[in-house]
Amino acid sequence: MNINTTKIISLLFFIFSAFYLYTAYQIQVFAFDENAPFNARTFPIYLGYAGLFFSGLKLILPDTNTIKVDHKNLEYKKTGILILIAIIYGATILKVGYFLTTSLFLFASYYFLGERRWILMFLLSFPFVAAFMYLLHGILDIYLRDPFLQLIGVMG
Amino acid sequence: MIEGILIGLTTALTFQNILMVMVGCFFGTIIGMLPGLGPMTAIALMIPITYGFDPATGLILMAGVYYGAVFGGSTSSILLNAPGVPGTVATSFDGYPMAQQGKAGKALAIAAWSSFAGGTLSAIYLLFMAPSLSKVSLSFRSPDYFALMILGLTAIAAFSSKGQFLKAMMMVVLGLMLASVGQDSLSDITRFTFNNMNLTDGISFVLVVMATFAMSEALTIILKRNDPTDAAKQVSLTELGSIRINKEERTKMYKTIPRSSVIGFLIGVLPGAGATIASFLAYGMERNVVSDEEKEKFGKGSVNGLSAPETANNAACSGSFVPMLTLGIPGSGTTAVMLGALLGFGVQPGPRLYMTNPEIFWSIIMSMYIGMVILLILNLPLIPYIARILAVPKNYLIPLILFFSVTGIYVMSFNNFDIYLMIGIAVVATFLRLYDFPMPPLILAFVLGGLMEENLRRSLLLSNGSWEFLWDRTLTACILATTILIVIWHIYKTFKKKN
Repeated sequence: MNINTTKIISLLFFIFSAFYLYTAYQIQVFAFDENAPFNARTFPIYLGYAGLFFSGLKLILPDTNTIKVDHKNLEYKKTGILILIAIIYGATILKVGYFLTTSLFLFASYYFLGERRWILMFLLSFPFVAAFMYLLHGILDIYLRDPFLQLIGVMG
Repeated sequence: MIEGILIGLTTALTFQNILMVMVGCFFGTIIGMLPGLGPMTAIALMIPITYGFDPATGLILMAGVYYGAVFGGSTSSILLNAPGVPGTVATSFDGYPMAQQGKAGKALAIAAWSSFAGGTLSAIYLLFMAPSLSKVSLSFRSPDYFALMILGLTAIAAFSSKGQFLKAMMMVVLGLMLASVGQDSLSDITRFTFNNMNLTDGISFVLVVMATFAMSEALTIILKRNDPTDAAKQVSLTELGSIRINKEERTKMYKTIPRSSVIGFLIGVLPGAGATIASFLAYGMERNVVSDEEKEKFGKGSVNGLSAPETANNAACSGSFVPMLTLGIPGSGTTAVMLGALLGFGVQPGPRLYMTNPEIFWSIIMSMYIGMVILLILNLPLIPYIARILAVPKNYLIPLILFFSVTGIYVMSFNNFDIYLMIGIAVVATFLRLYDFPMPPLILAFVLGGLMEENLRRSLLLSNGSWEFLWDRTLTACILATTILIVIWHIYKTFKKKN
């Protein structure tokens, strides 16, 4: 059997399905529901077995369409930085507020992706977010929590 | 009936109402383009405003918003590969590759014309078939729905690219597994939450679709930035291309539109089925009926592949009004919101509405149709301006896609956990996409997961735990037989090609 990344993904999915199935069997159902034809754990149990079946087949059967990815050409560093910035954005958006964190997120992302046109970077972050925020909050009446703007008195 | 249609037309064609539909179309398109804000949100946002008008004007405004948002959703599917609603996921399969080839304008024009044609044909079907269709939709039972969902999921897996059936089925199972997270709908027992309160309500559709489409697309573009095989694709993204549809493309559309509109309309009539299943089935069927040469183009910017789901989802939108107006059962989330609005206006949809108040029935249908006409008149000339979004350089476009994705989740839940979950799913999806694991089956399975479990539950309870319900009814057996035929056909084709 030829081991390639697709097979490894299938193996991981097989393990995940086994864990899912184990967890499905652990779902607590009401005593009167225990022997019912259908209860809260029935569908997940079928899904667990289906996951084992399809990933098992993928593992056993020969791969007719092998995908080769050239990792040398992939930009792992920039992608990683972008993910990290997004995580920081997610962590601070509620505490700091929508306007400042979103603007800084956009500005930082432009910078790390190699952009150096500072005026355009600024225009497409702070004023852009302000305009978008006005559309959502001011016109469409969608509430946007923003402690920072409340602190400086811009938002009520 | 004719009298009802004429009253409906007279109501819809006043100056005030035409103005309302124009305003609705414009705002609907803008809202629909924003990932995460689909027709349902757009209509829900409009409800408080419409209560200031008389029922007909209010409904006409909502009709404009509805079709505008559907078109806006198709636009973001085509331009950004970020479908805001499940009904436009299939549009991105060929619409987005077409945009990548520098034919974004053409893709938008095909989508606009197909939507219009789908809506027009379904209005004609509605005219002749509404009375009997309400009876047909009543005959569908839980086992039939369950079988129909199995058919939809198998079809999308079978019609994935060559050699991907098992990968697609794994993605189907993963989508169903994600849908099973949270409270069980009947017993309220929490499942797979691992004592995390944030997962009690389950994972939202918008989160999964943003993560697997928009965010993972953005990450893939950055990841493959230096890939020489991918560089050519990225360059062409800045080109809009002509919006003119040539004779050959028109000929393809002439064949696709009628058959997709029939599928879309019939699926739309079934309560709960809606535009998503319709668009996926139409896409699958289209791929099956075209020539081998055309089949190869599917997923790479096929005109048939774009026209079929766009026609079907609009036809299904009109079709979904049949169960809502005749049975009082909303066929989709959007019609559920519309139903709420109708009740607010004092209009009680149900079996008696069509018989006793045909003018209300037809003024709703006519206003939907006029909304579509106005949308076409407004949006076709605007396509070059809408498509300018493609001219935004990657350094700006990628952060903007991420920003729209995070905003879509943020305004829905105000929860950090959802943002982390979205990033996590996006990273996994990006990795899976690298190895050609298709995402559309995952999304369809995620959308259908709850409904599928519900219908399986009813079927098993009614048959006292026996699986005989699968062949007890002729309709169920026929749908399952079609599913088996699709799988056998797929295996046969793969085997034939291998040899």
